[in-house]
Amino acid sequence: MTDETPPEDNAVVDEKREALLAGLSESLGEDLVESYLRPHEDLWLRVRSESWQDSIRTAKSAGFEYFGFLSAIDWEIAPEGRYEDTEFDGGLEEEDEEPVEIDSSTGYGGGGSRFQLLVQLYSLSQQIGLILKTDVGEDMTIDTIRDIFAGADWHERETHEMFGVFFRGHPTLQPLYLPTEFEGHPLRKDFPLLARQVKPWPGVVDIEEIPEHLEAQLEAEVMAAFEANGGAS
Amino acid sequence: MTATSDREQMAYISSQAADARVNVELDTGDMTLNIGPQHPATHGTLRIACQLDGEQVVVAEPIMGYMHRGYEKLCEVRTYPQCTTLINRIDWLGSFANEVPFILAAERLMEVEAPPRAQWIRTILFELSRVANLALFLGDMGVQIGALTPVFFAFRDRERVLNQIEEVTGGRFHPNFDRIGGLKDDIPKGWIEETHSVMVKMRTFCDEMEDLLVGNEIFQARCRGVGVIPPEVALSYGLSGANLRASGVDWDLRRDANPGLAWDQVDWRVWTHPDGDSFARYWVRLQETREATRIVDQLLDGIPSGPIMAKVPRIIKVPAGEAYLSTENPLGEMGYYIVSKGDLGPFRVKIRTPSFNNISIVPWVMKGVYVPDVITILGSLYFILGDIDR
Repeated sequence: MTDETPPEDNAVVDEKREALLAGLSESLGEDLVESYLRPHEDLWLRVRSESWQDSIRTAKSAGFEYFGFLSAIDWEIAPEGRYEDTEFDGGLEEEDEEPVEIDSSTGYGGGGSRFQLLVQLYSLSQQIGLILKTDVGEDMTIDTIRDIFAGADWHERETHEMFGVFFRGHPTLQPLYLPTEFEGHPLRKDFPLLARQVKPWPGVVDIEEIPEHLEAQLEAEVMAAFEANGGAS
Repeated sequence: MTATSDREQMAYISSQAADARVNVELDTGDMTLNIGPQHPATHGTLRIACQLDGEQVVVAEPIMGYMHRGYEKLCEVRTYPQCTTLINRIDWLGSFANEVPFILAAERLMEVEAPPRAQWIRTILFELSRVANLALFLGDMGVQIGALTPVFFAFRDRERVLNQIEEVTGGRFHPNFDRIGGLKDDIPKGWIEETHSVMVKMRTFCDEMEDLLVGNEIFQARCRGVGVIPPEVALSYGLSGANLRASGVDWDLRRDANPGLAWDQVDWRVWTHPDGDSFARYWVRLQETREATRIVDQLLDGIPSGPIMAKVPRIIKVPAGEAYLSTENPLGEMGYYIVSKGDLGPFRVKIRTPSFNNISIVPWVMKGVYVPDVITILGSLYFILGDIDR
């Protein structure tokens, strides 16, 4: 096993993505704020929100011409949590369960704003994916990238209705899924999930207990199988 | 003109009308035609509001949301194993394939790897759901443009594949079989031989479709040159799957970004077509179905022995981090961007579905096409509404 350790260490170094990061940080220059690399998995780049359009354009000219998706993350901790301690569900919780520690830091690439925008792109020639992130400021406005990637049009509309991010220069920011008179932005963490507030959630206890009327029967079956195998093991 | 017969009168009127068409520029005001929400070509409830000028489409705007179920929000209040129940219902024709990228993404964050046997059986079930999904398309495309027989063949033969999936997982449509760290159960006895024979039947089905449709003059006339998507447009809209490959882009995540499943263990090829029209999309899917049966055949013969479940804790907590993982699903690239904060459930799940991107090209590709071609293009782009709306 000792012989195998050095190559394993080498395997963690991801030359392809390291080189890509070096190349992109040179062409992005000051626009690149922070980067994060998970070897052999993915590369995250956080760029300045003022130069969001330019950064996407730089990435596209670096070979990343396949548009994957655009979306946002709301980093606020939801006030209701995961709805597991509502008045209905509180009694169902197991007492011996360890309390879950919530990591309050924002994700890869850092950033302090509540909302972050992310775009996933592929380079087909290099067979590599890239995730670009940017912070969305207080004014909730950012430049559109639909002129660079036509596919971003609908993704921006969806992000607009779900998170309330405005895309400067987008001509049709009408809702995509929700009815026109709908109020609020459903994927924001402070948007309440009504279904959970009015009805107990049966999934709080993940593992079902055996119903009482079956317990005796199952026990008898197990005993019968035990005896059929010759009693003691 | 009192004694003129009806026939003569009709001839007179039509000649006058013809003159009017030639001599006077008719004022053809735009007409709005709603295709859907209950049109068979919409695979669910998609509505396309077409503005027509005569027979030509000026603007085609898809209107969605009839089936928006808010899965991204619902995933945030569920535990990881509970999420797969929802995820099964995104692309309901290839359900097992939906589960795999989500589970793989969670496994990546947990740094757990499923044992080889589990990975192989995953790949087999993945390809089986591809065959089941695409088989329906192969027949359904016929019925969209007026050939009724293929769809009956498709439903008949798809049933055999669904039976095989059901035999392993217990579910015809929603297997819910994939687990973090492996699979729920092993394959039953005698299943391998049965699946081999089903794959032979599916190849016969593909041959039938080739004879009935691909070689058919009417089918070609309806599909060739209709809805042409050039490769650079396909890339910028993020088209994926057969829609992308039919535009001549040689990109398949199974080969180019394999997340650890057994595709690299077998011999198969990626099919592309240079034309980018509706016919090319049909042809590529037909070849892909054949190729999938070949992949399944080879995988069935080489399933490694061993456990089907890695050691994972009973209560699954995924360490904090972010991961994006996508696979080449029957419809195209399906990926999950999971943000975890170390909780029992995900903090945020972005579901990147193939149909959403594939259908976002509709306003572009439908500009100027004729009304019957709208159905051909919708059929050949092939989407599942649950996959658009989530």
